[in-house]
Amino acid sequence: MFSFGGGSSLTSVVPDATPAPAAPPGTGTGANAQVLYVFNRGGVCLLYREWHRPLRTLDPTQDQKLMFGLLFSLRSFTAKIDPTTAEKGNLGVPLLPGQGCSFYSFKTNTYKLNFLESPSGIKLILITHPRTGDQRDTLKHIYNLYVEYVVKNPLYAPGTPIK
Amino acid sequence: MPPLTGPKSGDALFGSVERVNAELFTLTYGAIVRQLLTDLEEVEEVNKQLDQMGYNIGTRLVDEFLAKSNVSRCVDFKETADVIAKLGFKMFLGVTATVTNWDAEGTSCSFVLEDNPLVDFVELPDTCQGLQYCNVLSGVIRGALEMVSMKTEVTWVRDMLRGDDAYEMRVKLTKQVPEEYPYKDDD
Repeated sequence: MFSFGGGSSLTSVVPDATPAPAAPPGTGTGANAQVLYVFNRGGVCLLYREWHRPLRTLDPTQDQKLMFGLLFSLRSFTAKIDPTTAEKGNLGVPLLPGQGCSFYSFKTNTYKLNFLESPSGIKLILITHPRTGDQRDTLKHIYNLYVEYVVKNPLYAPGTPIK
Repeated sequence: MPPLTGPKSGDALFGSVERVNAELFTLTYGAIVRQLLTDLEEVEEVNKQLDQMGYNIGTRLVDEFLAKSNVSRCVDFKETADVIAKLGFKMFLGVTATVTNWDAEGTSCSFVLEDNPLVDFVELPDTCQGLQYCNVLSGVIRGALEMVSMKTEVTWVRDMLRGDDAYEMRVKLTKQVPEEYPYKDDD
Protein backbone atom coordinates (compact mmCIF):
# COMPACT_ATOMS: atom_id res chain seq x y z
CA MET A 1 0.00 0.00 0.00
CA PHE A 2 1.05 3.59 0.09
CA SER A 3 1.18 6.27 2.66
CA PHE A 4 -0.46 9.62 2.85
CA GLY A 5 2.17 12.23 3.41
CA GLY A 6 4.60 11.06 6.05
CA GLY A 7 4.02 8.75 8.96
CA SER A 8 1.23 6.25 9.24
CA SER A 9 -0.52 4.84 6.25
CA LEU A 10 -4.09 4.53 5.27
CA THR A 11 -4.29 0.87 4.52
CA SER A 12 -7.24 0.86 2.20
CA VAL A 13 -9.55 3.28 0.51
CA VAL A 14 -11.99 0.82 -0.95
CA PRO A 15 -15.50 0.92 0.43
CA ASP A 16 -16.03 -0.93 3.70
CA ALA A 17 -12.57 -0.01 4.87
CA THR A 18 -12.22 0.88 8.49
CA PRO A 19 -11.87 4.63 8.65
CA ALA A 20 -8.32 5.54 9.42
CA PRO A 21 -8.00 7.87 12.38
CA ALA A 22 -6.77 11.28 11.35
CA ALA A 23 -4.67 13.55 13.44
CA PRO A 24 -6.32 16.84 14.31
CA PRO A 25 -5.42 19.64 11.94
CA GLY A 26 -2.59 21.83 13.04
CA THR A 27 -0.35 19.11 14.38
CA GLY A 28 1.43 19.15 11.05
CA THR A 29 2.77 15.62 11.00
CA GLY A 30 0.93 14.45 7.91
CA ALA A 31 -1.13 11.25 7.72
CA ASN A 32 -4.23 13.25 7.17
CA ALA A 33 -6.76 12.01 4.75
CA GLN A 34 -9.73 13.96 5.94
CA VAL A 35 -12.46 13.70 3.35
CA LEU A 36 -12.78 11.82 0.08
CA TYR A 37 -15.33 12.41 -2.67
CA VAL A 38 -15.80 10.55 -5.94
CA PHE A 39 -18.03 12.10 -8.58
CA ASN A 40 -18.96 10.89 -12.03
CA ARG A 41 -19.40 13.13 -15.06
CA GLY A 42 -23.07 13.66 -14.31
CA GLY A 43 -22.34 15.20 -10.93
CA VAL A 44 -23.51 12.14 -9.01
CA CYS A 45 -21.52 11.61 -5.85
CA LEU A 46 -20.51 7.98 -6.13
CA LEU A 47 -18.66 7.85 -2.87
CA TYR A 48 -18.23 10.03 0.16
CA ARG A 49 -16.00 9.14 3.09
CA GLU A 50 -14.83 11.28 5.93
CA TRP A 51 -12.19 10.54 8.49
CA HIS A 52 -11.84 13.89 10.13
CA ARG A 53 -14.42 16.59 9.74
CA PRO A 54 -15.50 18.17 12.98
CA LEU A 55 -17.67 20.91 11.53
CA ARG A 56 -20.62 20.29 9.26
CA THR A 57 -22.82 23.14 8.22
CA LEU A 58 -24.66 21.76 5.21
CA ASP A 59 -26.67 18.66 4.56
CA PRO A 60 -24.73 16.08 2.55
CA THR A 61 -26.49 16.63 -0.81
CA GLN A 62 -25.95 20.39 -0.65
CA ASP A 63 -22.37 19.86 0.38
CA GLN A 64 -21.67 17.48 -2.50
CA LYS A 65 -23.37 19.70 -5.00
CA LEU A 66 -21.33 22.70 -3.87
CA MET A 67 -18.13 20.71 -4.04
CA PHE A 68 -18.88 19.57 -7.57
CA GLY A 69 -19.86 23.09 -8.58
CA LEU A 70 -16.69 24.55 -7.12
CA LEU A 71 -14.50 22.17 -9.07
CA PHE A 72 -16.47 22.59 -12.24
CA SER A 73 -16.15 26.37 -12.13
CA LEU A 74 -12.59 26.28 -10.94
CA ARG A 75 -11.53 24.13 -13.85
CA SER A 76 -13.14 26.47 -16.31
CA PHE A 77 -11.59 29.45 -14.53
CA THR A 78 -8.09 27.99 -14.33
CA ALA A 79 -8.22 27.28 -18.05
CA LYS A 80 -9.39 30.82 -18.68
CA ILE A 81 -6.55 32.54 -16.82
CA ASP A 82 -3.89 30.24 -18.25
CA PRO A 83 -1.25 32.70 -19.55
CA THR A 84 0.50 30.15 -21.77
CA THR A 85 -2.16 29.46 -24.37
CA ALA A 86 -3.87 31.79 -26.75
CA GLU A 87 -6.93 29.70 -27.53
CA LYS A 88 -9.50 29.94 -24.84
CA GLY A 89 -13.23 30.20 -24.90
CA ASN A 90 -15.16 32.77 -22.98
CA LEU A 91 -15.57 32.26 -19.29
CA GLY A 92 -18.64 30.17 -18.68
CA VAL A 93 -18.62 28.59 -22.12
CA PRO A 94 -18.31 24.84 -21.64
CA LEU A 95 -14.90 23.40 -22.44
CA LEU A 96 -14.52 20.71 -25.02
CA PRO A 97 -12.69 17.62 -23.90
CA GLY A 98 -8.96 18.06 -24.17
CA GLN A 99 -9.29 21.81 -24.09
CA GLY A 100 -7.58 23.91 -21.47
CA CYS A 101 -5.26 23.05 -18.63
CA SER A 102 -6.33 21.30 -15.49
CA PHE A 103 -5.47 21.92 -11.88
CA TYR A 104 -4.60 19.24 -9.37
CA SER A 105 -4.68 20.87 -5.98
CA PHE A 106 -5.29 24.00 -4.02
CA LYS A 107 -4.32 24.84 -0.51
CA THR A 108 -5.66 27.04 2.24
CA ASN A 109 -4.09 27.62 5.62
CA THR A 110 -6.20 24.82 7.12
CA TYR A 111 -6.54 22.16 4.44
CA LYS A 112 -5.39 21.07 1.01
CA LEU A 113 -7.75 19.87 -1.68
CA ASN A 114 -6.28 17.34 -4.09
CA PHE A 115 -8.10 16.76 -7.32
CA LEU A 116 -7.91 14.27 -10.16
CA GLU A 117 -10.21 14.22 -13.13
CA SER A 118 -10.02 11.40 -15.64
CA PRO A 119 -10.85 12.13 -19.27
CA SER A 120 -13.97 10.02 -18.77
CA GLY A 121 -15.17 12.56 -16.24
CA ILE A 122 -14.55 10.71 -12.99
CA LYS A 123 -13.55 13.27 -10.37
CA LEU A 124 -11.61 12.25 -7.29
CA ILE A 125 -11.27 14.73 -4.47
CA LEU A 126 -9.14 14.12 -1.44
CA ILE A 127 -8.93 16.67 1.32
CA THR A 128 -5.83 16.47 3.42
CA HIS A 129 -3.76 18.42 5.87
CA PRO A 130 -2.22 21.49 4.18
CA ARG A 131 1.30 20.21 4.67
CA THR A 132 0.86 16.97 2.76
CA GLY A 133 2.85 16.75 -0.44
CA ASP A 134 1.86 15.97 -3.98
CA GLN A 135 -1.02 13.49 -3.96
CA ARG A 136 -1.41 12.95 -7.69
CA ASP A 137 0.04 9.46 -7.53
CA THR A 138 -2.19 8.65 -4.59
CA LEU A 139 -5.24 9.76 -6.51
CA LYS A 140 -4.15 7.72 -9.50
CA HIS A 141 -3.86 4.75 -7.22
CA ILE A 142 -7.37 5.37 -5.96
CA TYR A 143 -8.57 5.62 -9.55
CA ASN A 144 -6.99 2.22 -10.20
CA LEU A 145 -8.80 0.82 -7.18
CA TYR A 146 -12.03 2.30 -8.49
CA VAL A 147 -11.45 0.48 -11.78
CA GLU A 148 -10.59 -2.82 -10.14
CA TYR A 149 -13.32 -2.93 -7.54
CA VAL A 150 -16.12 -0.82 -8.96
CA VAL A 151 -15.98 -0.69 -12.75
CA LYS A 152 -15.06 -4.35 -13.03
CA ASN A 153 -17.78 -5.42 -10.64
CA PRO A 154 -20.55 -6.80 -12.82
CA LEU A 155 -23.15 -6.09 -10.15
CA TYR A 156 -22.35 -2.40 -10.11
CA ALA A 157 -24.70 -0.31 -12.23
CA PRO A 158 -22.78 2.65 -13.67
CA GLY A 159 -23.87 6.00 -12.31
CA THR A 160 -25.15 4.76 -8.97
CA PRO A 161 -23.53 5.39 -5.59
CA ILE A 162 -20.96 2.79 -4.59
CA LYS A 163 -22.30 0.58 -1.85
CA MET B 1 6.53 20.16 -10.18
CA PRO B 2 8.02 17.48 -12.45
CA PRO B 3 5.55 15.85 -14.80
CA LEU B 4 4.26 12.49 -13.72
CA THR B 5 5.09 9.43 -15.78
CA GLY B 6 3.93 9.68 -19.36
CA PRO B 7 1.85 7.20 -21.34
CA LYS B 8 3.10 3.65 -21.31
CA SER B 9 4.07 1.91 -24.52
CA GLY B 10 1.69 -0.62 -26.01
CA ASP B 11 3.91 -3.55 -25.10
CA ALA B 12 4.37 -2.43 -21.52
CA LEU B 13 0.65 -1.99 -21.25
CA PHE B 14 -0.07 -5.40 -22.69
CA GLY B 15 2.36 -6.89 -20.21
CA SER B 16 0.72 -5.18 -17.27
CA VAL B 17 -2.82 -6.46 -17.69
CA GLU B 18 -4.26 -9.81 -16.81
CA ARG B 19 -4.51 -12.11 -19.77
CA VAL B 20 -6.46 -15.20 -20.66
CA ASN B 21 -5.58 -17.87 -23.13
CA ALA B 22 -6.24 -16.54 -26.64
CA GLU B 23 -8.04 -19.68 -27.78
CA LEU B 24 -10.27 -19.68 -24.75
CA PHE B 25 -11.14 -16.08 -25.51
CA THR B 26 -11.83 -16.78 -29.19
CA LEU B 27 -13.95 -19.82 -28.45
CA THR B 28 -15.92 -18.07 -25.71
CA TYR B 29 -16.71 -15.25 -28.05
CA GLY B 30 -17.70 -17.75 -30.71
CA ALA B 31 -20.00 -19.47 -28.26
CA ILE B 32 -21.66 -16.16 -27.39
CA VAL B 33 -22.31 -15.33 -31.03
CA ARG B 34 -23.59 -18.83 -31.65
CA GLN B 35 -25.95 -18.57 -28.70
CA LEU B 36 -27.21 -15.19 -29.85
CA LEU B 37 -27.93 -16.62 -33.29
CA THR B 38 -29.95 -19.40 -31.71
CA ASP B 39 -31.83 -17.09 -29.37
CA LEU B 40 -32.56 -14.19 -31.67
CA GLU B 41 -32.77 -16.05 -34.98
CA GLU B 42 -32.47 -12.88 -37.09
CA VAL B 43 -28.94 -12.01 -38.19
CA GLU B 44 -29.77 -8.29 -38.03
CA GLU B 45 -30.88 -8.63 -34.43
CA VAL B 46 -27.64 -10.39 -33.56
CA ASN B 47 -25.65 -7.57 -35.12
CA LYS B 48 -27.58 -5.09 -33.02
CA GLN B 49 -27.17 -7.12 -29.87
CA LEU B 50 -23.41 -7.50 -30.40
CA ASP B 51 -23.11 -3.79 -30.91
CA GLN B 52 -25.06 -3.11 -27.73
CA MET B 53 -22.91 -5.55 -25.77
CA GLY B 54 -19.83 -3.87 -27.11
CA TYR B 55 -21.17 -0.48 -26.14
CA ASN B 56 -21.78 -1.61 -22.57
CA ILE B 57 -18.29 -3.07 -22.43
CA GLY B 58 -16.80 0.11 -23.87
CA THR B 59 -18.39 2.39 -21.31
CA ARG B 60 -16.66 0.50 -18.52
CA LEU B 61 -13.49 -0.47 -20.29
CA VAL B 62 -12.52 3.11 -20.97
CA ASP B 63 -11.85 3.71 -17.28
CA GLU B 64 -9.56 0.74 -17.08
CA PHE B 65 -7.73 1.94 -20.13
CA LEU B 66 -7.32 5.45 -18.75
CA ALA B 67 -6.25 4.24 -15.33
CA LYS B 68 -3.60 1.85 -16.61
CA SER B 69 -2.23 3.63 -19.63
CA ASN B 70 -1.49 7.01 -18.02
CA VAL B 71 -2.86 8.68 -21.10
CA SER B 72 -4.09 12.16 -20.37
CA ARG B 73 -6.50 14.14 -22.47
CA CYS B 74 -5.99 13.91 -26.19
CA VAL B 75 -5.82 17.19 -28.02
CA ASP B 76 -7.74 16.14 -31.10
CA PHE B 77 -9.45 13.22 -32.73
CA LYS B 78 -6.31 12.28 -34.65
CA GLU B 79 -4.41 11.74 -31.45
CA THR B 80 -7.34 9.81 -30.02
CA ALA B 81 -7.39 7.50 -33.02
CA ASP B 82 -3.66 6.85 -32.72
CA VAL B 83 -3.97 6.07 -29.04
CA ILE B 84 -6.79 3.60 -29.69
CA ALA B 85 -4.91 1.89 -32.49
CA LYS B 86 -1.53 1.67 -30.79
CA LEU B 87 -2.46 1.34 -27.12
CA GLY B 88 -6.12 0.40 -26.90
CA PHE B 89 -6.07 -2.53 -29.28
CA LYS B 90 -2.75 -3.68 -27.92
CA MET B 91 -3.90 -3.59 -24.33
CA PHE B 92 -7.13 -5.51 -24.79
CA LEU B 93 -6.57 -7.66 -27.87
CA GLY B 94 -2.81 -7.92 -28.10
CA VAL B 95 -2.70 -6.62 -31.67
CA THR B 96 -2.21 -3.17 -33.09
CA ALA B 97 -4.26 -1.50 -35.76
CA THR B 98 -3.20 0.96 -38.43
CA VAL B 99 -5.00 4.24 -38.83
CA THR B 100 -5.52 5.27 -42.44
CA ASN B 101 -7.84 6.99 -44.88
CA TRP B 102 -8.35 10.25 -43.04
CA ASP B 103 -10.86 12.52 -44.64
CA ALA B 104 -10.06 16.17 -45.26
CA GLU B 105 -11.69 17.49 -42.08
CA GLY B 106 -9.96 14.95 -39.85
CA THR B 107 -13.24 13.64 -38.48
CA SER B 108 -13.30 10.16 -39.91
CA CYS B 109 -10.68 7.50 -40.37
CA SER B 110 -10.25 3.77 -40.74
CA PHE B 111 -8.75 1.27 -38.37
CA VAL B 112 -7.21 -1.60 -40.29
CA LEU B 113 -6.61 -4.84 -38.45
CA GLU B 114 -4.37 -7.35 -40.17
CA ASP B 115 -4.74 -9.80 -37.41
CA ASN B 116 -7.90 -10.31 -35.39
CA PRO B 117 -7.94 -12.74 -32.50
CA LEU B 118 -11.74 -12.89 -32.49
CA VAL B 119 -12.01 -14.76 -35.76
CA ASP B 120 -9.63 -17.69 -35.48
CA PHE B 121 -11.45 -20.91 -36.40
CA VAL B 122 -14.44 -18.97 -37.73
CA GLU B 123 -16.25 -19.50 -41.00
CA LEU B 124 -19.51 -17.84 -41.87
CA PRO B 125 -22.09 -20.32 -43.13
CA ASP B 126 -24.22 -19.30 -46.11
CA THR B 127 -27.22 -18.59 -43.92
CA CYS B 128 -25.33 -15.97 -41.90
CA GLN B 129 -23.69 -13.92 -44.62
CA GLY B 130 -25.13 -10.71 -43.21
CA LEU B 131 -23.59 -11.30 -39.79
CA GLN B 132 -21.09 -8.69 -38.61
CA TYR B 133 -19.16 -11.16 -36.56
CA CYS B 134 -16.91 -8.58 -34.92
CA ASN B 135 -19.62 -6.04 -34.26
CA VAL B 136 -18.73 -6.14 -30.59
CA LEU B 137 -15.49 -4.31 -31.40
CA SER B 138 -17.22 -1.42 -33.09
CA GLY B 139 -19.58 -1.22 -30.13
CA VAL B 140 -16.67 -1.08 -27.70
CA ILE B 141 -15.08 1.80 -29.60
CA ARG B 142 -18.36 3.69 -29.78
CA GLY B 143 -19.03 3.19 -26.06
CA ALA B 144 -15.53 4.08 -24.96
CA LEU B 145 -15.39 7.23 -27.05
CA GLU B 146 -18.78 8.34 -25.84
CA MET B 147 -17.44 8.28 -22.29
CA VAL B 148 -14.74 10.73 -23.29
CA SER B 149 -17.33 13.02 -24.86
CA MET B 150 -17.04 11.99 -28.48
CA LYS B 151 -20.08 10.76 -30.33
CA THR B 152 -19.04 8.46 -33.12
CA GLU B 153 -20.48 6.18 -35.75
CA VAL B 154 -18.57 2.99 -36.39
CA THR B 155 -19.13 0.80 -39.42
CA TRP B 156 -17.33 -2.18 -40.90
CA VAL B 157 -15.93 -1.69 -44.36
CA ARG B 158 -13.86 -4.78 -44.96
CA ASP B 159 -14.20 -8.15 -43.32
CA MET B 160 -11.91 -11.12 -43.89
CA LEU B 161 -14.79 -13.49 -43.16
CA ARG B 162 -16.38 -12.23 -46.35
CA GLY B 163 -13.26 -12.64 -48.41
CA ASP B 164 -11.62 -9.22 -47.99
CA ASP B 165 -7.91 -8.94 -47.31
CA ALA B 166 -8.13 -7.25 -43.90
CA TYR B 167 -10.52 -5.92 -41.32
CA GLU B 168 -11.36 -2.30 -41.74
CA MET B 169 -13.52 -0.30 -39.41
CA ARG B 170 -14.63 3.20 -40.33
CA VAL B 171 -14.94 5.58 -37.38
CA LYS B 172 -16.70 8.87 -37.94
CA LEU B 173 -16.72 11.56 -35.30
CA THR B 174 -20.15 13.14 -35.36
CA LYS B 175 -20.01 15.43 -32.36
CA GLN B 176 -17.80 16.46 -29.50
CA VAL B 177 -19.97 17.11 -26.52
CA PRO B 178 -18.75 19.86 -24.20
CA GLU B 179 -18.89 19.20 -20.52
CA GLU B 180 -22.00 20.70 -19.08
CA TYR B 181 -22.97 21.70 -15.62
CA PRO B 182 -25.27 18.88 -14.56
CA TYR B 183 -27.49 20.67 -12.05
CA LYS B 184 -30.26 23.11 -12.76
CA ASP B 185 -29.95 26.51 -11.14
CA ASP B 186 -33.06 26.26 -9.06
CA ASP B 187 -32.51 22.92 -7.37
